[in-house]
Formats: sequence, structure tokens, C-alpha cells
Amino acid sequence: MLPAMNALGLPGAPGAHRVVVAMSGGVDSSVAAGLLAEAGFDVVGITLQLYDHGSAVGKAGSCCAGADIHDARRVAAHLGIPHYVLDYESRFRDAVMDDFADSYLAGHTPIPCVRCNQTVKFADLLGTARDLGAAAMATGHYVRRIEGETGPELHRGAETGRDQSYFLFATTPPQLDLLRFPLGDMTKDAVREHARRMGLVVSDKPDSQDICFVPQGRYAEVVARMRPGAIQPGEIVDMEGRVLGRHEGIIHYTVGQRRGIGIAGEEPLFVVRLEPGTRRVVVGPREALASSSLTMREVNWIGACPAPGEAVDCAVKLRSAQPPIAARATVLADGRARVDLSAPAQAIAPGQACVMYAGERVLGGGWIERRDAAEAAAAA
Amino acid sequence: MTEPVYLDHNATAPLRDAARDAALEAMAATGNASSVHAAGRRARALIEDARARVGELAGVAPRNVVFTSGGTEANALALLGCGCPRLLVSGIEHPSVLAVRADAQVIPVDGDGVLDLAALEAMLAAEDTPALVSVMAANNETGVIQPLAEVVRLAHAHSALVHCDAVQGAGRMALDDLGADLMTLSGHKLGGLQGAGALALAAGRDIAAVQRGGGQELGRRAGTEPLPAIVSFGAAATQAQGDDMDTIAGLRDGLQQAMLAAVPGARVMGAAAPRLANTLAIAHPRLEAETLVMAFDLEGIALSAGSACSSGKVGPSHVLEAMGEGALARNTIRISLGAGTTGADTARCAEVWQALDVRLGVGRNAA
Repeated sequence: MLPAMNALGLPGAPGAHRVVVAMSGGVDSSVAAGLLAEAGFDVVGITLQLYDHGSAVGKAGSCCAGADIHDARRVAAHLGIPHYVLDYESRFRDAVMDDFADSYLAGHTPIPCVRCNQTVKFADLLGTARDLGAAAMATGHYVRRIEGETGPELHRGAETGRDQSYFLFATTPPQLDLLRFPLGDMTKDAVREHARRMGLVVSDKPDSQDICFVPQGRYAEVVARMRPGAIQPGEIVDMEGRVLGRHEGIIHYTVGQRRGIGIAGEEPLFVVRLEPGTRRVVVGPREALASSSLTMREVNWIGACPAPGEAVDCAVKLRSAQPPIAARATVLADGRARVDLSAPAQAIAPGQACVMYAGERVLGGGWIERRDAAEAAAAA
Repeated sequence: MTEPVYLDHNATAPLRDAARDAALEAMAATGNASSVHAAGRRARALIEDARARVGELAGVAPRNVVFTSGGTEANALALLGCGCPRLLVSGIEHPSVLAVRADAQVIPVDGDGVLDLAALEAMLAAEDTPALVSVMAANNETGVIQPLAEVVRLAHAHSALVHCDAVQGAGRMALDDLGADLMTLSGHKLGGLQGAGALALAAGRDIAAVQRGGGQELGRRAGTEPLPAIVSFGAAATQAQGDDMDTIAGLRDGLQQAMLAAVPGARVMGAAAPRLANTLAIAHPRLEAETLVMAFDLEGIALSAGSACSSGKVGPSHVLEAMGEGALARNTIRISLGAGTTGADTARCAEVWQALDVRLGVGRNAA
């Protein structure tokens, strides 16, 4: 007879399993740690020191740790679980912050949280969890891991407005084997209720809105500090190449942006394209933003990987907050895929992710390389 | 769960019984040592008794013991209050020495972590400015004992003063014949309460107060004395002189041998230099100290790596870097024994070291 499975789908009693919880100091991962500790697992909390908090907020000489690490430590002490802070500053800079700066300078709109999950958390930290003898690593993400016929599947979180599956598209099957998401079936309200019930100091802590190393959303300042002199002024041009004005650097713009162009026209102008080579910001009417196909790269399939040339019908999300659009993805060589949308989408931004879904399930995704502009014009 | 094993005495030592008793007695007494009344006089008497005990450990007269809040403050007082415009410090000093003065010039150490005396002599000869030379008695990470007598001879020949951070050496090696002009001690490293340290001044030396106000400590350090911490410091200082360092050395040597035998390629830092009997800095050939410290902790064994910042983040060790260590610096853990350490403790440590080597080696190959 097979041993009974516990709450994390591991055989036998919870106490027989060590589970590392990646604790950010926020309410979600704190509750994840608390619930697993209550369930009797041998929980070990780990918080990553990702960047020097003092220098990020422009205050030199302060201790490296921010308030979030302090909160995580307080929660772990309250729960009575061991807790460690790991220095991931250099890894985070190499894998996430450098990519963030270079992407912006290349005219893309990066999502550093995906890179962080992909490299720092689900590669390096997961390795450390394995080193510590952990049977699983849990996070506070609002996604569901469901054991499917061919292995674990990644599904959207139960509360639609909280679903974070878009940010986890790059999770590989071996990573998903070890990962657990105890909050996937819950609502945020329920999580906060658990936090209050457990008496956690973070129960009323506001959700984080910003990218962790970009205080108050001032990403251009971060890039300027990381790449001195790389932000150069240039021209704002229309679709025919006529110069309409000047700008202080393409990194201040993202595709689809309307405000901040600073040019009065008869009809509203939007950023259509960023050209890093010529440092041009190309603007045009709303119609010029529409596009019905794109190419993505570094495509990750969670589960079976279709062969080149094969097409997969799915729904795609092109931004985290957008509803899914019906589409067909065709596998290309070199880990790329072409995605044809059932209806034109607005403002497809290179650097963002294109994540493929079959209903609730995440099939995989990739990084948007370019949209097909010619077709966009034809469609318009 | 097996009994926890504490092998991090260089971070802080367990409170000694005599120190606890003295502290409890002091806690029961009301009294500011500066007060005129009977309660004040009682507090004063307890502090002066502790001062004599600490002076005995340091080899100075009681009136030349300046109590501070701890080793960090005593180091700052020495470096800022000595009146020397020039400062030479070894590259392996504690951050509380390295960070005090931006104008400090760094004396190099050799690959075993021993101060380079020739370099010191050249530096002393290079300038006439009155200098303070700050060299620790023994290093906190490697336990390597520094050639203080030679440092003092060279410094005095160049009319320079010597400060010695003896926080780790105190109770573990003789201090009274070092010849330093200023010496830092810490109560909790000896098994006293945290919160008291001292700067010991050699005969004829004095210091200008950094922290000013009331005239405590003969005007050398203002502030009401923390009575329980100071009396426990005194009691610990006396008791520490009775520690059987030969037994501790035997345990450390046995542990070192077992760990080297268990993991081929492991290396002891500062092995060729004279070391404190209680300290072992050992590098694993493959595994990072950060992981080892967590894994040992989860097995109930407390030890450390590098110098932990207050966040708990482990940075690269400046001590091992100063010794010219490259990659292995990241893999070095520090094991430090104390008077209460038993053979069972060290055996358990060696056993876990071997088990982790096997388990983590397998994990790496599978990944």
C-alpha cells in the first residue's frame, strides 16, 4: 500500500519533510511559512539579501538590510522556525539588475521579477534548499501546482485578480517538481485573515507595488546609476521619420505610452517603437499600436515541448494585467515561437512576456522579441 | 533531537556560573556608583573589585582599567583618544578597529595570517609623525597569534605607541607580558554578560575621553557604569585564568585531525602559525561556508563563517582576503571551543561535517 500523501503531496508525515520557504518579509510568504509550520512540516525560512538597501534608497553607510529582512526575521522568530539571510547581492546584480538596465537601454520593457524567479529564486535558492536536505521549497505566489498525468502542472491562482502565473512562466519542470505554492487556492483576504489569526506582525503590511530595487518606481534613476552616461537624448519622430521634438533618453518611454511625449497634436500620439541604434522614439496614432502577431524567444514549455513547426492553440497574456487573447503559437527553431493572435492587440512591448494558457493551466511562455509591424499596418 | 552543541565562543561565550552569580547579586542591589550614600558606595565597591580582577588579567594596575560598553567602544577610545596623529593597523583587525579612522595605514600579513614585521618596520621608518600601531593579540577568525612583543619592540624604537585588541586572546593566552601600551578586553567573550568591556592602560599611559559628561572612570569615559555587566566581567576574568587550555587544545587538535581526515582537500587556515588553542578555521574544498553554517545549525551545531553583519548576511572574510586566500575564503567556517566544550561536542561536529560532505556531494552531482 502506498503511504498517504500529506498536504504538500509528499509521502508520509509532514514532520518527516524539511521545507524551505522563501520569505520576502511580506504577508504572503509569511503566511505560507506559518501554514506549513502549523501543518507540522520541518520549515526553514530563508530570506535573500538581493541588493544593498542603503544604496538603493540613496543612503550610504546604513546597514545592508532593509525593513523587509527585519520583518521576515521577526515572523520566523514568532513562528519558532529557523531563519537565515543569504547574501545574493552579486548573483542578483549579475542575473537581474544588469539585464534590467541593458533591456531598458535596448528599448525593451523588462520584467525583472520573472528573471529573479527564473535565476535567483528557482535556480540558486532551490539549489541551496536541496543542499539543506529539503524535500520541497515553498513560496507565497498566488499560483497552483497541480499533479497532472505527465507530471506537475502550473495553474493560475484561484483569485483571478491575484494570479501571479504570468511571472512564473519560465519555471522549468524540474524546478516545479520541488516547488510548492500553499496560497494558490486562497484569496488575499483569507491570507490576511490567517496572518491575523497567527498574530504575524506583517498582517496589515501593504502589498508591495514597486520592483524591489526600484524605489518609488523611479527606474530611470536606477539605470542611470548602473550605466553612467548610457542614457542619451535623441529625437522624437513620427512614423514617416519627421522630427517632432527631443527626448532625454529612450529609457523614459515604453511602447503604448501616451503621456509624457510632450507634443501637442490633432490626435493623441502614442509611443509605437523605440530605436536604440538611432536613439529615436517613434510615435504614431493609436491604430499604429495594434498588431496581430509577434515573435518570442527563450520559450519555456512547462510539460511536453512541441516539435518545431507544430502549432498549439492557446490563449496568451502579453502583459500581466491584460486578459488572455485567443492565439496560435507555432514553434520555430532556436527556442523561438511565432504567435498569431485572433484579434489585434494594442501596444505589444518587446521585453515583456507572452505567456500561453490552456484554460487555467500555464503551458509556458517566452520573451517578446518583436511584433509584426507590417501586419499591424495591414490590419489597421 | 540531540543536545545543541555550541562551538562559537569567539562570537560570545556562555555565561560562566561565577559571572552569573555576581551579576544576580549586583542586580539585586540598587545604587549608582557615583552616589554619596550607602547604596552608591556598595555599587562602587563592586565595580572596584571587578576593576582589580580585570587589571590582574590584563597585567595593569586597577586604576588603569577604563570600563567601556564593550570591545568596540574600547577600540574606538584607544584609536581616537590616544592623541597619535598617525595610525597603523594590521589588515586582519576587527572592523571596530578598521572602521574607526579613514586615515589608517594598513600593515600587511603573510599567508598564515601573521603580521609582516619587516613591512611594519619600513612603515614606521618612513615617517616621523607620532604613531599608534594597532595589532590584535590573536585573530578572531583564524586564532593566529600575532608577534606582539616584536611589534612593541619595533614601535617603541620608533617612539610609536602600541594598541592591542586582546578581545580574543584574553583568558586564552598570557597578556601581562605583551608590553602593549593600550589593550582592549571584552567581558562577554570571557563568559561575562554582554555590555561591558575595558581599555587597559600600561603604567604611565593615559587616554583622552571620547564620551564626555560625568567624571566616571577618572574622566576617561563618562556614563553610568552597567553594574551587573561589569561585576560579571570581573568574575569571568578571574575564572577564565583557571581554564585548562591544554584540554581545549587537545579537543581542537583532535577535531582538526578528524575533519581533515574525513574530507580530503579540506584545509586549515593559519595552520603553520601559532594559534589560540580554541580556534579552528577550516575550508571545505567544495562547499560554501554559507551553506555549511546553515546545515550545521539545522543539525544543532552553532558555528560561524566570515564576519556576519548585523543582518545575518555573511560577507567575504577580509581576514582571509588579507592572507591572500582566493576561492577557499568563501568555504571557510570558524569553529571556536570554550571551557565547557566536551569530547562529545567535537565528535558530533566531526560526524556532521562528514555527513554533510557526503549528502551535499550527492546533491550536487544529482543537480
